[in-house]
Amino acid sequence: MKIIVCAKQVPDTNEVKIDPVKNTLIREGVPSILNHDDANALEEALKIKTAYPDTHITVLTMGPPQAKDMLTECLAMGADEAILLSDRAFAGSDTWATSNALAAAIRKIGDFDLVFAGRQAIDGDTAQVGPQIAEKLDLPQVTYVKEFSFEGKNITVKRALEDGYELIKLKMPCVLTAIKELNQPRYMSIPGIYNATKKTIPTWSAADVAVDLAEVGLEASPTNVYRSFTPAGKGKGIMIEGEGEKEQAQKLLISLKIKHII
Amino acid sequence: MAIKIINENCKGCTLCVKACPFDAIDMVNKLAVINEKCTVCNQCIPACPFKAIEKEAEKEVVKVKDLSAYKNVWVYTEQRAGKLMNVALELLGEGYKLSREIGDDRKVCALLVGYNTEHLIPVLFSYGADAVYHINDPLLENYTTDGYTKVMSEAITEYKPEIVLFGATHIGRDLAPRIAARLDTGLTADCTRLDVKTSNYVDYLEKYTTLDTSSLDRNSTDKNLKQTRPAFGGNIMATIICPKNRPQMSTVRPGVMTKLEKDETKVGELIKVQTNLKASDIRTEVVEIIKATKELVSLTDAEFICSGGRGLGDPSGFDLIKKLADKVGGVVGSSRAAVDAGWIDHSHQVGQTGTTVKPKIYFACGISGAIQHLAGMQTSDIIIAINKDPDAPIFEVADYGIVGDLYKVIPQLIEEWDKAQDLYEAELYLKA
Repeated sequence: MKIIVCAKQVPDTNEVKIDPVKNTLIREGVPSILNHDDANALEEALKIKTAYPDTHITVLTMGPPQAKDMLTECLAMGADEAILLSDRAFAGSDTWATSNALAAAIRKIGDFDLVFAGRQAIDGDTAQVGPQIAEKLDLPQVTYVKEFSFEGKNITVKRALEDGYELIKLKMPCVLTAIKELNQPRYMSIPGIYNATKKTIPTWSAADVAVDLAEVGLEASPTNVYRSFTPAGKGKGIMIEGEGEKEQAQKLLISLKIKHII
Repeated sequence: MAIKIINENCKGCTLCVKACPFDAIDMVNKLAVINEKCTVCNQCIPACPFKAIEKEAEKEVVKVKDLSAYKNVWVYTEQRAGKLMNVALELLGEGYKLSREIGDDRKVCALLVGYNTEHLIPVLFSYGADAVYHINDPLLENYTTDGYTKVMSEAITEYKPEIVLFGATHIGRDLAPRIAARLDTGLTADCTRLDVKTSNYVDYLEKYTTLDTSSLDRNSTDKNLKQTRPAFGGNIMATIICPKNRPQMSTVRPGVMTKLEKDETKVGELIKVQTNLKASDIRTEVVEIIKATKELVSLTDAEFICSGGRGLGDPSGFDLIKKLADKVGGVVGSSRAAVDAGWIDHSHQVGQTGTTVKPKIYFACGISGAIQHLAGMQTSDIIIAINKDPDAPIFEVADYGIVGDLYKVIPQLIEEWDKAQDLYEAELYLKA
């Protein structure tokens, strides 16, 4: 089987802090990582490869040149091949434009049975690029995949709902997006790291994947950022002091009563 | 549009580099240079004390499409097994507001898709729908991406709404991007606020943010939908517009918008939309839909939420949280840390990657207040924080804070809860 895994290098948004005085982001020292859900997508592909060693896994990302570090990590986890899609013409792409570029790259790869992506990236949290790639490639999709199995070209998945799941059958080729319940991603292995450093990661430009420049980048994107801001705290509230917990509890309840909250 | 550095003004202070969420500014020869990671999020502009950063003026937009043909606000009123999702009614309320902001001649319309769902039509009218577009087909009994995308894309193309809203549910987030891609229009995910009128948007910014609003004209006739959402793990808020394409599409977080009062006397226009859907159009087969047997946590509807975090120390701490919740008539929530530790199921999680809530009272017990948690609960009416650490960030957003051991404070709260009225009257008596 031939699998394409779409992955993204993201800043670890949990490590970001806000400067309490200036109310701005402190980005220094925030590491770039392989997006969590994408690691689950790669892990599922690697599990298939373990069961069927003739499986070929290609990891595809769109991003700046630094994203090669993440691709090397994917190779060290066990992927066979990695491709970086990078071009200044892609800068500022929204999900519509991003999916145009990625779909063009997937068309260039050509021969595949399955596209596996993470449900969403932790920096944007949109969950839009997976379904939009599927639309551009005219493939069926299942998002929020929490369990996966296959036989021949037939796939059975569990798709998570808020209050349960759907059991869905479909045929390859298709696009699936993974959530963390799907599996536990492995770590890089020592031989994997050794092998990864020997592999070259090709960089594809917009011209290489023959994408129309009117369909990628900031100008082509239907959505633009109008304003952005850090949410202001509502200001420090009242600290309830008191002799012991009983008095604190009583004072709190009285305050709530006075303001007709309870 | 792009961010531009005015080299003559740049002093090389690197403040913009620190302000950039995307690592998109490099220093070259002591001057800031924008690199290809820039998303034009504009965070750097106010960060520069020397006015050395500006947004290049928008080029004259060549209008390839005539946008004036697009009218009305549509709400995808999601139903599952013949039951409307709560968010569908919330969005009718929001859609009602937005349609009137655009103009008196505009309507809010429900798009109802499924099979044998006629019984929902009067409900949609009673919650504010001026019109219901009804798509009824046995092939649409269960949600499928292919089936719903096809019929809804065709209806949108035919009737041309200017705005289409979806609930950011597991289904809405599967469907909306697919439709947006098919219609080649923009989609903004997980919105928590929507504005049409610039004056309303400016009021919001002035009340809740520190953003300089001097560049915004309150009396502007701009009728673009301003879609505000948390981004970057809830660390920043971004307002997104879709100026060149129609419809403007958003998914909206459940629990954020407000339903209209139910008015059962209200009726509206019913439009039956014909489809030509074939079984072969649908490439996935829904074998079965399993409801979880676990207790459903309805965080979005709860008036009181009692949440526990890592500060509980161990999973048994949730027993105490449950007791408090039972006492106040609320439900149990949690921080991501407690879910990741395996102490409680993900369905209880409040925050950017969990559920967004705005209860009357939110009790945060042993929760430090990571930004991604705050993103999901800071619009609660009242936040009460109990934490050992007086410097915990949760106290920055709390209305009431108690520094102390939650294992001592909560039992007292439970004990005193029913006596609140007496305590209050005694307090009044003392003051009188």
